[in-house]
Amino acid sequence: MTSFQAILTILICSAATILIRFLPFAVFSGKRKTPEYVLYLGRALPPAIFSMLVVYCLKGVSLFQGSHGIPEAIASAVTVALHLWKRQTLLSIAGGTLCYMFLVQMIF
Amino acid sequence: MKTGKQSAFAAAFPHTIPVMTGYIFLGITYGIYMTSSGSPFWYPVLTALAVYGGALEFVIVSMLAGPFAPLQTFLMALMIQARHLFYGIAMLEKYRGAGKRKWQLIYGLTDETFSVNASAEIPEGVSPYSFWSWITFLDHCYWVTGASIGGILGQVIHFNTEGLDFVMTSMFIVILTEQILKEKNHISAWIGGIASALCLILFGKDSFLIPAMALITLSLTVFRRPIESAGIAE
Repeated sequence: MTSFQAILTILICSAATILIRFLPFAVFSGKRKTPEYVLYLGRALPPAIFSMLVVYCLKGVSLFQGSHGIPEAIASAVTVALHLWKRQTLLSIAGGTLCYMFLVQMIF
Repeated sequence: MKTGKQSAFAAAFPHTIPVMTGYIFLGITYGIYMTSSGSPFWYPVLTALAVYGGALEFVIVSMLAGPFAPLQTFLMALMIQARHLFYGIAMLEKYRGAGKRKWQLIYGLTDETFSVNASAEIPEGVSPYSFWSWITFLDHCYWVTGASIGGILGQVIHFNTEGLDFVMTSMFIVILTEQILKEKNHISAWIGGIASALCLILFGKDSFLIPAMALITLSLTVFRRPIESAGIAE
């Protein structure tokens, strides 16, 4: 990707974000009521999208080659365990990431 | 006698302290992550200013590592940010009379800013619009500051960053865990996981996102009744 394409990619993301944030105010600010279906999607999408993003992050992991996804599995489990234990977002992210860095740099 | 602006700032600032810690530390990590993936230091600054949405900004780093795909980028950004529709709808009434400030309030309506502005008690005598405006502005400053520090650190300090990219995976796992802990049923989370895994197998890792997003939206529409009757977390 060239620098021009990279900046374009960033600007596309900026435009999409602005569109989503302004849409309710542009469309539903008058007398028009928000369609139930739109409200429903706003509430129902997030868990599905975050599941999708976890899959997206792990898409390059190969179960049958290299380290067989073992470091990813361990570090993911550490992240979840830390989060269930302390429920401190930053701590869970830092713990999981450091664990993964240790595993891929020192062990696998 | 304080001016209105000062007192609105004084009232707003304490509410932003938790966000300050989170945004500055996560922003630093983001900046280091982006520059260690080969971007110049000002890319994280640009995304922090122009996109200003943590989850999507992390995804941008991996988008920049792949081929240029404007349509997929746009759709992906819409899906990741879709939850902000709900924030906007929730703030429609509150922000109605904000005048020119409305632009800034809406532009900076992130998850964290929403949670503060939707719930904070505004002291008497303080204009709610100035109060919300200060919170929105301060939060944005924290994120840009963090990303800038990280961007510069990433270029100045050299250490073995192998595996640092797991920060994005970790972040999404934490957000997903939070979602699952607070929701009443896990149908949507399962739909997202199964649809994405299925499309990953069928279409391969470079082109599974668009079909996955389509399948997720379709499934949520088809299963709307059971999902709604089981109850969704607000």
